[in-house]
Amino acid sequence: MYKRYLASPYILWSAIFIVVPLVLITYFSLKTETAEGITFTLDSYRRFFDPLYMEILIKSINLALITTIVCLISAYPLAMILNEKDMSNKTIILILIILPMWMNSLMRTYAWMILLENKGILNSILEYLGLPTRQFLYGDGAIVFGMIYNFFPFMVLPIYNALAKIDPNLIEASYDLGANKVQTFKRVTLPLSMPGVITGVLMVFMPSLTTFMVTRLLGGGQVVLIGNIIEEQFTRTNDWGFGSALSVILMLIIIITIRLMGKNETLGRGGGIV
Amino acid sequence: MINILKKAYLGIIVLIIYSPIVLLMAFSFNDSKTTSWQGFTLHWYFDLFKDYQIRQSFEYTVTVAAISTICSVIIGTLAAIGINQMTEWKRNLVMSVTYIPLLSPDIVIGISLMMLYSTLHIPFGLVTLILSHITFSVPYVILSVMPRLRTMNPNIYEAALDLGATPFYAFKHVILPEILPGVISGAFIAFTLSIDDFVVSFFNTASGVTTLSIQIYSMARKGVNPKINAISTIVFMTILIILIINNMRANKKFKENAK
Repeated sequence: MYKRYLASPYILWSAIFIVVPLVLITYFSLKTETAEGITFTLDSYRRFFDPLYMEILIKSINLALITTIVCLISAYPLAMILNEKDMSNKTIILILIILPMWMNSLMRTYAWMILLENKGILNSILEYLGLPTRQFLYGDGAIVFGMIYNFFPFMVLPIYNALAKIDPNLIEASYDLGANKVQTFKRVTLPLSMPGVITGVLMVFMPSLTTFMVTRLLGGGQVVLIGNIIEEQFTRTNDWGFGSALSVILMLIIIITIRLMGKNETLGRGGGIV
Repeated sequence: MINILKKAYLGIIVLIIYSPIVLLMAFSFNDSKTTSWQGFTLHWYFDLFKDYQIRQSFEYTVTVAAISTICSVIIGTLAAIGINQMTEWKRNLVMSVTYIPLLSPDIVIGISLMMLYSTLHIPFGLVTLILSHITFSVPYVILSVMPRLRTMNPNIYEAALDLGATPFYAFKHVILPEILPGVISGAFIAFTLSIDDFVVSFFNTASGVTTLSIQIYSMARKGVNPKINAISTIVFMTILIILIINNMRANKKFKENAK
């Protein structure tokens, strides 16, 4: 039937704006210009194995992991509390927690600059209390904190959704069959909420691994992560080959993570809120 | 006892989430460039309106958001209807491609589109911004329209055609009313994503064409600035109002259906 053709504009669009750019990244990451013309080599990838860049990648993965773990540990109990039946004002609290997701993450990061800067609010409070002030900004701590703050709602929402979908009868059955609270959690609640946990982990890990904005604002150029290196290749050094190679590596890490977690689809940034 | 602990935990989290935002807004009314409270003022807001660059970046943000929302809603809704009719392997193929922008980091979307425009010799500016925003919004529109189509009875459309409706008439009076909530949700998502976006816009604009996000980034890099507080407050309030309207609409629909 003719209705099939309604998708044609989109198919053309996705071919040009989704598929071709991915081909271009791969092309530029392999392309090397020599006197004889264009050849394809793995030079850009080889450059990445420089200890300097390896160190940056490991550091980026580390910080992203810390962010993900802190978010998971603090979001899971929160989602459980929100899922309790006798919870009053549940919807309002849920909306309160999700609302900042719709505020520009740039602004959320900037809000922490006001709090953390040298003459900022936190230091004013310390000074008022007669305590020594210190530099909060421009270190790994500030960046991890900024990332946790930024991406926390992306962990809460999928876990909450997964918990809300669990049939309460299953929990009842578990108690009836003699399991205690801990056993019920370990054997029933946790396994059934795993899809939400996986989505949450991906939605926090991915942006924390690739951000360059949080690092730049809260790290003030003192801390360099993999996202900053990529950004530099395109905005300053104009080394598209190396930047593309790094992006390909980053994508591979993410694909491997998704495969390891056994999930092909996530909710994406929209998170299914509206 | 446990209940108190739970409430305390909720309280602490809400406090941590909101204290920076509330302080940010409060300091947009502070009569001082530093973070010590010097009294109430609307000074920074007036400054915003006088600042030509900021006014212009505000206009660009709204223009890009409006055009990209309209385009992505049209492309996405038509695509969802078309995809729904496809044979399974074709549908799976198209949907796999649709998931790529959702699963790619923003920075990769940003730089890959940047290389695309350079290769095609499309000059950077308003056009590339709009094209990029449509690209990352369309998948969300498709994903919010799809479930509506899935639950719709396909025979109704056939019946309309059998009863003599033209395909366009049938689309307007049969399909569209059914999928409208999904279409509107998709439009809201597309609009907020466009206003929120920083990374993709950052790589795909020219020096004269800045959105609010890019403007804020370049100002914030130089340190704290009360003007940013004022812009943030305005943007946050705008998004809040959009969300409230959208939720009220959804609630109204929900109550009507319940009747």
